Amino acid sequence: MTLTLELEKQKERSPVIAQTVFLGLGLAFFLFAPLFFYPIFLMKLLCFALFACAFNLLIGYTGLLSFGHAAFFGGAAYFTAHAVKEWGVPPELGILVGVLGAALLGAVIGFFAIRRQGIYFAMITLALAQMFYFFCLQAEFTHGEDGIQSVPRGHLLGFIDLSQSTNMYYFVLAVFVFGIGVIWRIINSPFGMILKSIRENETRAISLGYSVRSYKLAAFVMSAALTGLAGGLKALVFQFATLTDVSWQMSGEVILMTLLGGIGTLIGPLFGAGLVVTLQNYLATSEFPVTIITGIVFMICVLVFRRGIVGEFFNSRLGRKLGFEHRHSH
Amino acid sequence: MTMIFGIPLQAFLGQLLIGLINGSFYALLSLGLAIIFGLLRVINFAHGAQYMLGAFMAWLLLAHLGVGYWPALILAPLAVGLVGAAIERTMLRRLYTLDPLYGLLFTFGLALTVEGTFRYFYGASGQPYATPALLAGGTNLGFMFLPVYRGWVIVFSLIVCLGTWLIIEKTKLGSYLRAATENPVLVQSFGINVPFLLTLTYGLGAALAALAGVLAAPIYQVSPLMGSNIIIVVFAVVVVGGMGSIMGAIVTGYLLGIAEGLTKVFYPEASNIVIFVIMAIVLLIRPAGLFGRDA
Repeated sequence: MTLTLELEKQKERSPVIAQTVFLGLGLAFFLFAPLFFYPIFLMKLLCFALFACAFNLLIGYTGLLSFGHAAFFGGAAYFTAHAVKEWGVPPELGILVGVLGAALLGAVIGFFAIRRQGIYFAMITLALAQMFYFFCLQAEFTHGEDGIQSVPRGHLLGFIDLSQSTNMYYFVLAVFVFGIGVIWRIINSPFGMILKSIRENETRAISLGYSVRSYKLAAFVMSAALTGLAGGLKALVFQFATLTDVSWQMSGEVILMTLLGGIGTLIGPLFGAGLVVTLQNYLATSEFPVTIITGIVFMICVLVFRRGIVGEFFNSRLGRKLGFEHRHSH
Repeated sequence: MTMIFGIPLQAFLGQLLIGLINGSFYALLSLGLAIIFGLLRVINFAHGAQYMLGAFMAWLLLAHLGVGYWPALILAPLAVGLVGAAIERTMLRRLYTLDPLYGLLFTFGLALTVEGTFRYFYGASGQPYATPALLAGGTNLGFMFLPVYRGWVIVFSLIVCLGTWLIIEKTKLGSYLRAATENPVLVQSFGINVPFLLTLTYGLGAALAALAGVLAAPIYQVSPLMGSNIIIVVFAVVVVGGMGSIMGAIVTGYLLGIAEGLTKVFYPEASNIVIFVIMAIVLLIRPAGLFGRDA
């Protein structure tokens, strides 16, 4: 058993190194990006990229398709916004409230959802997230259709003024890097290997003595918490939390980002999120509804492009030559 | 005034009726989902969009061609069924060998595209559709006032559900469908055209959704969003019922509709989440669903 896992580790080591190089380049890009792009656009991109990576932890590395991640994203946005605005806590604590709230919500939804597999899992997460949506619609603290408006960004650690957009940007970047680091650590740990074994062959993982249910639940809660990190951050960036972020469309959006970039690759969701956010920004000024494009891209991805942009690149001749080998196909 | 559990009888029966109506739509839609899933192993996320298309076809036929309710009841499901069959033939078919999740994702994209297109052309607000003259008005049942059209919806949807059940359980075509659900390779080796059966099934499922849409047009507003609002609830219905049996889908649909209606009487705040709560409870007690066969 350990031998096969060890072998897998060996084989996957080279793409991990190459992916790290890419991440380094990406980090360099984001360090200087505010010189060329609007900070608010970059911050939105980073929030959604983190969201997609957290989502990918579940679909890509555990093989569970959640159709309800908007609950954690939008839920955390509400929790953080409420904590910062009504309780007056500093931003770092506000985000922590969002993360813990999302993790708790993840534990509850995950508890029910892991009782079924495959498409049932997807439908259950969708239904429970929709239930949370109705809760947010009626609950007092979310202010219904209005949402929580004009959330103060506050002072990080008491002295860094986040209302300055440069400060806010580098704070978002730092949180983003931290989040990606956590995800990288999870998928390259023995725990992550067991998750992959569940993805590849659940029955065999059970027969090897792993308590598959607890691993799934743990992965679900981790993914929810990291999604909460992205959601809480987004609430501070845009200074509001609304129903849009808990709607099922948002759950669909994060699936698209991950699928488009490449399910099961560390950096794929970053590209996917970048593309989708750019597209949305581009179409925001026109009358043309984004959902039509989103839907068509979805269909094309599923029909001819299942590995996603990064996955297809890894599988191309050039990708293989560079030492990327994306072994499992979907 | 007669009271039942401290609620006026009229209010109680009124909500029971609304529950039955909603239940009719849940039953019709979950029936179509179950048929499609049984044979194709695809969860048809576009089912809501096809329901919306049915309602919109009826509205468009009336507004632009002056074609009324009764022809629309046939034409709209036919058109949506044909479009569904074409989509199955050209695109959905390629996904059968893959993980069923891809079917879900593909039909999700399809739903988004269709919904977005109608939103673009007709806006998000609803369009009224007049009740057909033959079914206008209502009757006084003595204890409550029943609009004739609502009675018609309940009766007609029951007929359609039972008719579909009979076709699948009692006819030769139905036996082919059931056999192909169990073992498609074997059925094909007997010389039965299974790929054609698959196309037919998807078309039939889409047509059923469109039929429900036409039925819904005079009750609810015809809007591009009507499909996505209902489909998530229908998914919960399907999880509760389990997709193993056709009859299970029908019965669960009506039961949950009634449960929702009654919740509106006793605890209105929870009426739009009660089905999800029931789903969670069923998952705890009987994860495979009330009528489910799979583990």
